[in-house]
Amino acid sequence: MELIALHGSTLLILAIIFGVFMTWGIGANDVANALGTSVGSGALTVKTAIIVAAIFEFAGASLAGSSVTKTIRKGIIDPELISDSPELLIFGMLAALLAAGCWLALASTRGWPVSTTHSIVGAIVGFAVAGIGVEAVNWSKISQIVASWVVSPVLGGGIAFVLMLSIQRLILKSDNPFFSAVRYAPYYLFLVGFVISLVTIFKGLKHLDIDLNGIESTAVAAAIGLITALIGKRAVGRATANENFGADDMTAGVERVFAPMIVFTACAMAFAHGSNDVANGVGPLAAVYGLIQTGGEVAQHLPMPTWILALGGAGIVLGLATYGYRVMRTIGSRITSLTPTSGFCATVSAALTVVIASRTAMPVSTTHIAVGAVMGVGLARGIAALDLRVIGSIFLSWIVTLPAGGFLAAAFFFMLKGIFT
Amino acid sequence: MVIKNPLMQLFGQSPFKPLQDHFKTVLEAANEVPGLLLAAQDNTSNGVGESRDRIYALENEADSIKNELRSHLPKTMYLPVDRRELLVILDLQDSIADTAQDIAGMMVVRDMKLPDLMHAPLMDLTNRCVDACNQLGSIMEEMDQLVSVGFRGPEADKVMYMIDELNKIETETDRHAVNLMKILFEHEEEIGAVSTIMWDRVIHWIGDLANFAERAGNRHRLLLAR
Repeated sequence: MELIALHGSTLLILAIIFGVFMTWGIGANDVANALGTSVGSGALTVKTAIIVAAIFEFAGASLAGSSVTKTIRKGIIDPELISDSPELLIFGMLAALLAAGCWLALASTRGWPVSTTHSIVGAIVGFAVAGIGVEAVNWSKISQIVASWVVSPVLGGGIAFVLMLSIQRLILKSDNPFFSAVRYAPYYLFLVGFVISLVTIFKGLKHLDIDLNGIESTAVAAAIGLITALIGKRAVGRATANENFGADDMTAGVERVFAPMIVFTACAMAFAHGSNDVANGVGPLAAVYGLIQTGGEVAQHLPMPTWILALGGAGIVLGLATYGYRVMRTIGSRITSLTPTSGFCATVSAALTVVIASRTAMPVSTTHIAVGAVMGVGLARGIAALDLRVIGSIFLSWIVTLPAGGFLAAAFFFMLKGIFT
Repeated sequence: MVIKNPLMQLFGQSPFKPLQDHFKTVLEAANEVPGLLLAAQDNTSNGVGESRDRIYALENEADSIKNELRSHLPKTMYLPVDRRELLVILDLQDSIADTAQDIAGMMVVRDMKLPDLMHAPLMDLTNRCVDACNQLGSIMEEMDQLVSVGFRGPEADKVMYMIDELNKIETETDRHAVNLMKILFEHEEEIGAVSTIMWDRVIHWIGDLANFAERAGNRHRLLLAR
């Protein structure tokens, strides 16, 4: 306890530095994955993607980022077991941040496929097992999290498959795909705006002192969906004005309709990514902040401070601006076999899945969900060629990242403990 | 810094564009054949040689596209259509180039002059067989459109119709071939036994141009039928 009183501000500053380092890494690498399907479909320039990402990552983090943050902050470790030595939790969270940040930096210089979420969860489990004991880990929560890593890409794939089939049935298979596309496009946009805002608003804005009941939430979500649809309708109208697509280039016409819609899906995806992945960086930071504020009260019930979520959002934007745009450009230029329709399906499905996961407080891997969603589109014959070897590399990233994050965190934990005590 | 991630690894190289490129090259070789046969009847052995060289070069080029394409199409590649069908189509396209090469080889190594009255029926057959190849070429040009609509819808109907056309052309080439064979055997004394046998072979090869095109077309039917 005296330790916290003595070194409290030093530890908090360290936590902020490590937290920003971690979110910087997320912005540098992860955001590009989240928006890769939008940029890759050729309908969104890297510049627009970065502007969209900057706004909506930030919004996602501050509006919907609290649930996952809570899981990272106090869902993985049983706080009861360390209530008499809270400084261990501070060292541990610092170590976890540093470990995950370093591991991500190393992995991205080597080109290994890693997940920020897996790194931080592995790191937290690692320091807990090494520094406190096996029983300190809330294993039932961990098994839920691990299950969500399997379920979420499959769910994303399922939604993408159904969405792609519906587009094929309603638009591509119709007698005049271009007119069908113009007719149905606003409905798809309504769906995107409605579902994402409903999931976010429904009892999800407590930390902003906004608590709407079911009907109110639905009404607000419907309004947002409607606004999205109207803006989309105008954008589509502008993009296809004075154009008439004959029988020969019907499909080209459909893609012209979907291209302006991609920007909406990118917004949704950036929002979803912010709501889930920012927690990886700010969760541990929030835990340290909470402990220092209460002077070591572990089982505290402090509300999630919004400035921490905002700091996370800012870190992501920083990462994006300094390095992420390059990753985004590379991914965008390499993924060329996505058309606006298939890119739309993949991105929307991934965004919906991530937002839903965020509301159930599950830290999931946005990248893996994006991969799952793309596969779903592929299953509906929406993509020219998918290399299924990637499934192997995803498994590998689970097997390698979890222990790597864990061992690094354990090492940093003992180092920090040695320095401060 | 290496930028590599699961999302990027996920997207394989599309085989459809190289398949189209392959057939474009093959088609060029097939379209050399009428000129080659005309040169062979025209006593200008220079023309025959030049034509042969062009066909051989095109066949070589097609081969390297084929090998490149195959190496990018491992079993782990998931495509909107059956990967094996694409490989069969590739093989059939390749057979068209090989056949053109066989015809060119024969025209160069042997004096293949025919009586004048056979020239017109020979060119009728050849042109129609090349028409069949060109029809397959039009079908192949629709392929990228088909990919973007998932091989369904009005675009698929349009291609189905084009395949029907290809079948009709091939049936016509059979008629032309029978007609030409009849004339060939009627003049076998005048032409000579060995030449007759050689021409029998060449006429089959010319017919094969259309046969392979038709078989490739029928494989396209399977792509659409799934």
